Amino acid sequence: MSILKEDLRYAESHEWVKIEGDIATVGITDYAQHALGDIVYVDMPEVGDEVTAGEEFGAVESVKAASDLISPVSGEVVEINEDLEDAPEKINADAYGAWIMKVKVADAGEVDALLDAAAYAKLCENE
Amino acid sequence: MEEQIKTTCLHDRHVELGAQMSPFAGYDMPIQYKGITEEHNAVRQHVGVFDVSHMGEVRVTGPDACRFVNHIFVNDVTGAPDGQIFYGMMCREDGGTVDDLLVYKVNDEEYFLVINASNIDKDVAWIMQNADGFDVKIADESLYYGEVAVQGPEAEKTMIEVLGIPVEDIKFYNFKTFDLDGEQVIVSRTGYTGEDGFEIYGSHDFTRKVWDKLMEAGVQPCGLGCRDTLRFEVGLPLYGDELTDEISPIEASLSMFVKLDKPEFIGKEALARQKAEGVKRRIVGLELEGNAIPRHGYPVEVNGETIGEITTGYRSISTGKSVAMAMINKPYDKLGTEVEVRIRKKTFPAKVVKKRFYDKSYKK
Repeated sequence: MSILKEDLRYAESHEWVKIEGDIATVGITDYAQHALGDIVYVDMPEVGDEVTAGEEFGAVESVKAASDLISPVSGEVVEINEDLEDAPEKINADAYGAWIMKVKVADAGEVDALLDAAAYAKLCENE
Repeated sequence: MEEQIKTTCLHDRHVELGAQMSPFAGYDMPIQYKGITEEHNAVRQHVGVFDVSHMGEVRVTGPDACRFVNHIFVNDVTGAPDGQIFYGMMCREDGGTVDDLLVYKVNDEEYFLVINASNIDKDVAWIMQNADGFDVKIADESLYYGEVAVQGPEAEKTMIEVLGIPVEDIKFYNFKTFDLDGEQVIVSRTGYTGEDGFEIYGSHDFTRKVWDKLMEAGVQPCGLGCRDTLRFEVGLPLYGDELTDEISPIEASLSMFVKLDKPEFIGKEALARQKAEGVKRRIVGLELEGNAIPRHGYPVEVNGETIGEITTGYRSISTGKSVAMAMINKPYDKLGTEVEVRIRKKTFPAKVVKKRFYDKSYKK
């Protein structure tokens, strides 16, 4: 059974988003880390990169395979989680603590289109 | 029509253990139980067991068995003692690889061939269609046999103490037939991990009993995920990655298994020509700078021009390095050549190295 957080929003591509003001913190869900297995590398964007909702912004890699990261929001990357460069396994240990990037959101409306915890739980059940 | 997915005789065990299951070579197989890293390390440091019942088995018998096996196989089984095993390939006339396989010599008139699950139908058809003029009988026994592989430095101890099979006299790449539980069971000192280990071929019932005993004794079940990371680290090829119908053993840098001094075998002319004239491309090892991970199909470049592609790549669990096997055009295959691997939007510097990323520790 994977962990869900009520206060987060979720993308169908298994990223989570936490909104504080106009900053969106993005990571991958507990369901996603579990499905991927041992994570050994996170290909992160650089600070200053522009990311677009629905488009790839990096990848998270398990021993076995690479999996694209899809940005749930559009905007400018203002911070990345440098801890993950040396310790990508932190995502396995705590998917909601080990965030990947923070984005200054250009269009707050995009966030409203994301799933809430209940809708995301239903999506995972059907996968 | 979608083809029905097959299961091995241990399928219910995998499901009960909570394995992550995935289709492989037409079978619903366990990819991992606890995690690839943990299972990989169990085999490198202690012992682990794999369900490899999906593998195919073909028995060739008859007065011409030896001559026929030498006709379809690039390695040379002539004059070998009974109980010896050979690794090698079956090749097409043009040198492309039909499959890579193990040949177990039972005696001069009986050979037991172990082939890849993904190729069973193709191989059996190939073997049959090339048997004209040979006095042999060919039997596909794939549905009868289950197979488990017990691998790791503690494999011998496990075979003796947990399974009660006296394997201490079996040498590397040799096998013995045991009469166990009223049936003939084949046990060989072989594997696909670079560690000491054994492969056990028996009926489905026997295979289930062996598996259950190993589980009761606490032996780590290992999935196909770590089977691939383990074979990769010691430079062993996987059919579909480093060998295909279009890739010859010479191109796969496996020419040591091709015995061109044999009087004849299918593909000899093409392979002899490749060896004499040199091939245009070859499988090499690559070591990347940095942490990015090369994967199957990623392009390898020099000055922005594609000169090859990755066939298998991982962050090596045993060494921590990002390494790969790649099919590279000449002359970029020389040791030390600097190339770049394209990973998504970026390229990463890499160097041609030997394709053995971790030293084998076979018990000979």
